[in-house]
Amino acid sequence: MSMITARRKLALAAALGAVALLAPLLAPSDYVVGVLARICLYATLALGLNIVVGFAGLLDIGYVAFFGIGSYVYAFLASPQFGLHLPFLLALPIVVLATALFGILIGAPTLRLGGDYLAIVTLGFGEITYLLLLNLDRPINITNGPSGIINIDPPALLGHTMSGNIQYYYLFLAVLALTLVASSRLQHSRIGWAWQAIREDELAARAMGINTTVAKLQAFAIGASFAGFAGALLASWQRSVFPENFLFTESINVLAMVIIGGMGSLAGVVLGAVVIVALPEIFRELAAYRLLVFGLMLMVLMIFRPQGILVPRAAAGALARAGATPAKKP
Amino acid sequence: MLRLDNVAASYGPIEVLRQVSLEVQRGEIVCLLGGNAAGKSTTLKTVLGMLRPSGGSVVLDDQRIDRLPTEDIVRRGIALVPESRRIFARMTVWENLAMGAYSRRGAPATDFAEDLERVYTLFPRLGERATQHGGTLSGGEQQMLAIGRALMARPRLLLMDEPSMGLAPVLVEQVFEIIQTINRQGTTILVVEQNAAVALAIAHRGYVLQDGRIVMQGAAAALLDEDHIRRAYLGED
Amino acid sequence: MLDALPILPQQLVFGLALGAVYGLIALGYTMVYGVLLMINFAHGELFTIGAYVGWAVLVWLINAQLGGLHPAWVLPVLLLMAMSASGILGMTLERFAYRPLYMRGATRLGPLISAVGASIFLQNAVMLTQGARMKVYMTSLLFPRTWYLQIGGVRISALVLVMVSVALLLMWGLSLLVQRTALGRCMRAVAEDREVAAVMGVNVRRVISRTFLLGSALGGAAGVLVGLYYTQIDFFMGYSAGLKAFTAAVLGGIGNIKGAMLGGLMLGVIESLAVTFINPAYRDVVAFVVLILVLVFRPTGLLGETVPQANKV
Repeated sequence: MSMITARRKLALAAALGAVALLAPLLAPSDYVVGVLARICLYATLALGLNIVVGFAGLLDIGYVAFFGIGSYVYAFLASPQFGLHLPFLLALPIVVLATALFGILIGAPTLRLGGDYLAIVTLGFGEITYLLLLNLDRPINITNGPSGIINIDPPALLGHTMSGNIQYYYLFLAVLALTLVASSRLQHSRIGWAWQAIREDELAARAMGINTTVAKLQAFAIGASFAGFAGALLASWQRSVFPENFLFTESINVLAMVIIGGMGSLAGVVLGAVVIVALPEIFRELAAYRLLVFGLMLMVLMIFRPQGILVPRAAAGALARAGATPAKKP
Repeated sequence: MLRLDNVAASYGPIEVLRQVSLEVQRGEIVCLLGGNAAGKSTTLKTVLGMLRPSGGSVVLDDQRIDRLPTEDIVRRGIALVPESRRIFARMTVWENLAMGAYSRRGAPATDFAEDLERVYTLFPRLGERATQHGGTLSGGEQQMLAIGRALMARPRLLLMDEPSMGLAPVLVEQVFEIIQTINRQGTTILVVEQNAAVALAIAHRGYVLQDGRIVMQGAAAALLDEDHIRRAYLGED
Repeated sequence: MLDALPILPQQLVFGLALGAVYGLIALGYTMVYGVLLMINFAHGELFTIGAYVGWAVLVWLINAQLGGLHPAWVLPVLLLMAMSASGILGMTLERFAYRPLYMRGATRLGPLISAVGASIFLQNAVMLTQGARMKVYMTSLLFPRTWYLQIGGVRISALVLVMVSVALLLMWGLSLLVQRTALGRCMRAVAEDREVAAVMGVNVRRVISRTFLLGSALGGAAGVLVGLYYTQIDFFMGYSAGLKAFTAAVLGGIGNIKGAMLGGLMLGVIESLAVTFINPAYRDVVAFVVLILVLVFRPTGLLGETVPQANKV
């Protein structure tokens, strides 16, 4: 974003912030507020994936697994399923921790693998998670199978129980803001640099003394914890969770959010979330063609603008890296 | 036969060659010398069309070739013995040689048989190992295979990228003797080398590349004598 | 669990039949990976499209009332049509979606995402044009249920025999092509060292295109066979079949043609065993577990030599 000065950026951010705060009041209907809330939720989720894919360059296409795990763990802790009804603020850290642990578990086997293989393994884990959520109602009922878990407690903060999309919107907006700050902090921290180095050239990073194993596991753990957080929010908002919420297509949706805006760019990720969540709503009648267009868009995007919409060509990172044989097609 | 005029080439933003001009006459052995990262391999890549020059031109027999695809350039009679051999390890010796002859696939089958015979005569060890996989050969044998593979294309111009690299001195001698033999049999050769002494011993003329520019050129004997310091510097690399 | 033992031989037969098909599909993955170092995520969709084309042709033939529908001539027709469709589609995909990326020397992310996009696009294209409900192959009109062999307690239907034979034949044919012909040598050369192959005068783009043609065609053939065997096809079938075939390719050693065949057969058998002795609902999980185990403990696969490196472009 070299064209936009720092001051302009700040002004833009402030303007957007104001719009975001006033949005529910300007929205034409409660349904729209719901969509806005969903945008914030998914943006948070995408920011988590952005750490794994955008910062560290680890192509995780089974990310929805963490989202699902977070949601279900929250459901376990705050619903009739096991008779537990932990308060929101107590359940959250447990969810985050549990998901982070899964992040490490899933990340560990992938450490030695390269791009394509990493992708496939994470895809596998995503699928296994879905299948487990679907089938772990026998022999002991853990997840309640395809019926999902319902009647999940809504969040209660400071004695006030959440209700209505508008309240959830502000909650999710606050979480999104926090997540943005956290992401930015991470990006410019030591571990952020380590991740970037790994993304650009893992061998060189290791030669520089970076412990790539630890760094990668951290990426998975932290990225997963964001997803877990988002999952808990989803569960408490929808008051229910079903295995169908966590299909492979969701992983691709989130991945698309990260890619469209530009890998590693925080603003880009949020823009991606807006695009992916809002567009289908706008083009309601064309819903059937949505996926068709989506697939086409991915292909076209990779050819013409692999670095995403917001990242300028000159500053493009890993995706637009010039290869070792730059000879153009004759 | 081959002429480079003010050729410039870069890898993305990194400029590797700047204003390289050299000439190879028919029947000669010309060597291109220089230290690490001087741009020697890049020069060969540019000749072969694997890298498009950002300036200047490459001319083969009065025809510009610098915008042609590699497969067309090769078809005009240029063959490469790549750096570090780069033979097909998972293919047999015979298959490697067959691949070498690929650019001549329109030619009669007898040509192929003749060329195979010629290579096996030049390198009897290859004949013995014809059905073995390239990966099982020793370093010296792989170098011979790489040269033989290039010869299968009946090239008029043979490009060799650092043939001495990674070989024991005895083998290096053998290889360079073979290069002379090939030249006597009618092939023009451009050898890129870090080992100046060995290269200049068999070449007719030489060029010295430094930081992407030709800094010295002349008859091989002259280059050998002139500047012992230079030779020490080059030979050391 | 042990009461499942008596049906084991029968299950093994099914396993081998399935395995042969997995092997066919796996070949497509392995060939493309060999020359491009990329996983063609959309390969499963080419398999689906092959199945649909075969179905359409079969329906047409049945409705045309041509009289004697003997599999001896009907099957080759189905296969030919399906293989052509899948092959050409695969080539088109390569030309327009992948070539711009690999010519540029794009990193592994670009082609993979493009392939994912292609997969989504094709899957939905099938759904939108053919409907979301499954189609049925009238296999019994071609292969009457009375045609079978009985060996001991095991019934091997003619269909299964034909299926396995066709699959093995195609795989063998491909193997011959790769080992004995000039095109095959070019493919192997490009797979091993693309730059040097170009220097030998190989038109690398054309070789890659032909590789896609062949690999995709095999996937299409597998689609017809699966359609005939399971009689039900839907637009989603490529997804799980594709992933399993990919597992088979990795199990055998990706990039290795014999490995793909071996991996396919093994996976088919493993899956059948698992389904026999463990909960059938976890059928799909088996493939993933195998995949993860292989990638963690022996990423080169059973027959492969190339290790998938981090940082390999």
